[in-house]
Amino acid sequence: MTLYDFAVDPFLEFAFMRRALAACLALSLGCGPVGILLVLRRMSLMGDAMSHAVLPGAAIGFLAAGLSLWAMGIGGFLAGLAVALLAGLVSRVTALREDASFAAFYLISLAGGVLIVSLRGSNVDLMHVLFGTILAVDDAGLLLVAGIATVTLLVLATLYRPLVVECFDPGFLRAVGGSRGRLGALCHLVFLVLVVLNLVGGFQALGTLMAVGLMMLPAASARFWAEGIATLALTAMALAFASGIGGLLLSFHLNLPSGPSIVLVAGAGYLLSLALGPVGSLRTRWFPGRHLAA
Amino acid sequence: MGSPGVTPGATPGATLPFSDATADPLVRLTDLTLGYRRHPAVHHLSGGFRDGSLTAVVGPNGAGKSTLLKAMVGALRPLDGRVTLHGLTAADIAYLPQQAEVERDFPIDVLDTVLLGHWRRVGIFRSIGGALRDRAEEALAVVGLSGFERRPIAALSAGQFQRVLFARMLVQDARLILLDEPFTAIDARTTADLLDVVRRWHGERRTVIAVLHDLEQVRSHFPDTLLLAREPIAWGRTADALAPANLVRARAMAEGWPEKGDDKAGPCRRAEP
Repeated sequence: MTLYDFAVDPFLEFAFMRRALAACLALSLGCGPVGILLVLRRMSLMGDAMSHAVLPGAAIGFLAAGLSLWAMGIGGFLAGLAVALLAGLVSRVTALREDASFAAFYLISLAGGVLIVSLRGSNVDLMHVLFGTILAVDDAGLLLVAGIATVTLLVLATLYRPLVVECFDPGFLRAVGGSRGRLGALCHLVFLVLVVLNLVGGFQALGTLMAVGLMMLPAASARFWAEGIATLALTAMALAFASGIGGLLLSFHLNLPSGPSIVLVAGAGYLLSLALGPVGSLRTRWFPGRHLAA
Repeated sequence: MGSPGVTPGATPGATLPFSDATADPLVRLTDLTLGYRRHPAVHHLSGGFRDGSLTAVVGPNGAGKSTLLKAMVGALRPLDGRVTLHGLTAADIAYLPQQAEVERDFPIDVLDTVLLGHWRRVGIFRSIGGALRDRAEEALAVVGLSGFERRPIAALSAGQFQRVLFARMLVQDARLILLDEPFTAIDARTTADLLDVVRRWHGERRTVIAVLHDLEQVRSHFPDTLLLAREPIAWGRTADALAPANLVRARAMAEGWPEKGDDKAGPCRRAEP
């Protein structure tokens, strides 16, 4: 088997592979920069919690309309946002920290979701929701994922400056930002919406359990390759798309489920970056090179 | 307006600079009480900071110095009394908090950090043109960091980063500058350079209020001083305010503070007629 047979032929031959590839590209464009901002805001695990929180909404959408992408997407979006807002609210009005209340809400949410699905659906449906079906993504699904990527990039381009300052120096943004110091909170909220949106996009393809994989793994890997925010985001996009291609090919040739394959390839990318990347990796730690002259 | 001359807690002999009710200070404090969970950290403080003045705020730990600055930028709501900013908006104030919530390993370089000082001119959307960039480079030159423009801030020492924050305040071009312990844990050379920046601001008739610990530094660089020990002890020319009797009094008051908040303390009745 030539490289062409291995890497190009499956996409030329099968429409479902091309659709999956397009979905991966759209997901990568949105998830890359959002993941970078999550890492920079030290919210990596929050993304994980939110991806699980999406489930009951998706399950209710599933009960109401069957395996409809839009119903499950909207339900998941509302559930994810509700958990994010409730956790933020609880941490503000009680003594519980935000990460603890996040954990509490997403566990409730996840258990409720699994219960709802198993009450009505068969096990196959549950597997679809939990592990995704990127190889079966239809036109509506593609539109949804592409729409989410478009909205994400437009919003990020618009709010780039305050979002970055809010990560870097929130006190400064409160002092100078205007809107009576609430610009930072507003940016945080918009950003949470973007995270949930991208998780909803991801769960179509990768399932609720692994939607966050394509967001966090490339973002974590990118830290070992780039130093500026823009280059970090571009690197994360590229790594996510490469993981998508690799995972799809792996799943095609070895007949493996696509979602875990994609996330595992992204994970392999992370381990490679960790070992070999040019910025702060194990390689630079063990073989730092000669120090500069001045 | 409460006359500072009758402020309880002030030494009768201490000169308070704005006892004249017709004087119109840039920042006026009127019977200001600040605190957390009803426990006062600043108690019945009245007076004003003259436009163009350079004032040090000194006092023992827990005297309410940082709390006072927070109230002036509006980050803390007074328990009682008020802060009046004369003709100032939030954009006219530059505030350097004691522990800035800056993410020091954030991937941003020195020039971009300084350019943030232009925020009120560029906001969220406007582009940063050559003129604004030149201003930022000039500010970097003033604080002695020319050539550091593209250095990531993660690679800077604490002193260098403090220089960056001063450069950002230079770019902010604010009328009122509040510094909360700007030279704590900063090397002597940087402190001297940044004191030059403070002097430059004073020369430009900006109003600077700085919380400081080093009394020698205060005596040699700051014309006015507010000595605070929850209650105002003295407020006026530095030499008068830092007279030994006042310092002894401030220390004595600090020794009387309970280790933890005094939960049995009743409500303060002083303001009531």
